[in-house]
Amino acid sequence: MALVTALRRLVRLREFAWRTAAVTSGSWPRTQSFSSGHLLRDGEKITVKGSPGDSLLDIVINEDLDFDGFGACEGTLACSTCHLIFEEETYKSLGPVTDEEMDMLDLAYGLSDTSRLGCQICLTKRMEGMVARVPESVADIRQSQDGS
Amino acid sequence: MLFSGLKVWTSRSLWIHRLHEGINGGGKARYSSCSPKVCIVGGGPAGFYTAQHLIKARPDVTVDIYERLPVPFGLVRFGVAPDHPEVKNVINTFTQTARHKRCSFYGNVNVGKDLSVTELQEAYHAVVLSYGAEGNRRMGVPGEDLSGVYSAKDFVGWYNGLPSCRELGPDLSCETAVILGQGNVALDVARVLLSPIDLLKKTDITQPALEVLEESRVRRVLIVGRRGPTQIAGTVKEVREMVNLPNTRPDMLASDFEGVKEALKDLPRPRKRLTELMLKTAMETPGEKEHERREKASRVWGLRFYRSPVEILADPERSSRMAGIRLAVNNLEGSGEEARAVLTGEMEDVSCGLIISSIGYKSLSIDPSVPFDSHRAIVPNNMGRIQEAPGLYCSGWLKTGPTGVIATTLNNSFDTVRSMLEDMDSGTLNTSAAKPGSQSINALLENRGVKPVTFSEWEKIDSEEVRRGAAIGKPREKLLTVEEMLQVAGK
Repeated sequence: MALVTALRRLVRLREFAWRTAAVTSGSWPRTQSFSSGHLLRDGEKITVKGSPGDSLLDIVINEDLDFDGFGACEGTLACSTCHLIFEEETYKSLGPVTDEEMDMLDLAYGLSDTSRLGCQICLTKRMEGMVARVPESVADIRQSQDGS
Repeated sequence: MLFSGLKVWTSRSLWIHRLHEGINGGGKARYSSCSPKVCIVGGGPAGFYTAQHLIKARPDVTVDIYERLPVPFGLVRFGVAPDHPEVKNVINTFTQTARHKRCSFYGNVNVGKDLSVTELQEAYHAVVLSYGAEGNRRMGVPGEDLSGVYSAKDFVGWYNGLPSCRELGPDLSCETAVILGQGNVALDVARVLLSPIDLLKKTDITQPALEVLEESRVRRVLIVGRRGPTQIAGTVKEVREMVNLPNTRPDMLASDFEGVKEALKDLPRPRKRLTELMLKTAMETPGEKEHERREKASRVWGLRFYRSPVEILADPERSSRMAGIRLAVNNLEGSGEEARAVLTGEMEDVSCGLIISSIGYKSLSIDPSVPFDSHRAIVPNNMGRIQEAPGLYCSGWLKTGPTGVIATTLNNSFDTVRSMLEDMDSGTLNTSAAKPGSQSINALLENRGVKPVTFSEWEKIDSEEVRRGAAIGKPREKLLTVEEMLQVAGK
């Protein structure tokens, strides 16, 4: 399992590197396009690029952003660590959310009305210039009650 | 191709550069500071996330993880339900951490028995206790120890191949099972008890458990909680899985849901969606297709609210075995998460042949030198710093109590590391003197005849389990005894 995942990541990374090389050498076919956007994290604005069809989790991985614990379940809707918060307008344009995604979003720290899971959002050209905030994890200062 | 080749060459040359810099001391005096050596007790998610964050935060920290079992990953391996394999994907990130050159894993080492925490403190600059909660919260009612009563911790350990639960031998020859507790563990147990065998066959559930479940005569599972629908500790995904479980139908009491619809509007979204799902399942008349499906279902599950166990009733003909449970009926005082169950005096007896108590795990004290709050069953701490014990930290359930999902533990562990880094920077955690680390500990263990299992030896166990599983269409077939694990590891 680990090997398959590692291979998949390697293929994606090499794909990304190949495309970059092709772009710089000027041989990239004109019909292909990149979308770029920004991720906000800890007050820092990071510009990211991806191809249509890449999920936002793919982009975080491909760009080697290495956010702590991001994408723990590797995009299988079994956690909420790829939680992203969007601006109102962008959120509306992302379309309806499935029950499965909502169920996992419900567990996310800092859940908001414009929250989505990055692994479920695929990049489209319409999302050019979009901004998404990576929420800070909650430092749990209170000792958790044990439910009694 | 060229680009990625370029990247590899660049990082290799960088590595070589750093190596030489290290050997030559980089031109700086190295007497006053040295690489901090940290050890972590417990190789579950808390241990691994703590190690991961430490290694990432400082380029000079080395981390050693000590784990009692020969195999790593704790509850990710032994707690997460077999039909939730995606949740186990975190094993991949833990594996990366374990393989990092500044991390070492030592399995088959029992801290508290083979080693003391004091000995670890002498060998390392900091010790992080992340050994979780291996105990069980007892109901504290008469009859709790009759045969036929199990803790969810043991039942889950049994079907997940935890060596200490191998001989549990649960009796599934009865029709009705009662589960006390309504958290996700209770829902997992209900789902495993009622899942079609064909679905379980393809998971990493142990073969002996599968065989027992195949012969199971359990057809009705009641999941009982002390309070109401809006206090249930389980989450919407797991409740939805019950609603959608093939060949089962729900059996809820409308009376349990009085006043719940009215309370919906004030609930935060996660709680609201969960309550709506239960309400719909309990109160709505199903459409034709769903009605038909329910008619054909041969298995039943239901949530029962406002009920607390007061006595497990013995079988009059076999007094060592239980035959039922006496439940007290409760009222709720207050509302929301803080609502309290208050006895009304009314009682109800339910006949059943299997009781699973799922009211919480509990941490235990493994070393008398470590402060332990036995009332709350955690190590007293402030942001992960163990009180009155400099150099001693904790993360995971041992720190906050046994609730939360893997992501909770992730954040919990990162918070502890934040405290440790602050202490290193301020000098509160003294890293100026060199410490021997695993060198002295391994010498100690050898003298005591303890054989640590390294991560690559675990990988032999891993390969063997995957190989055995592949032969029968499962992701893995777990080794069930410590002896066999050690044998395959080559000890």
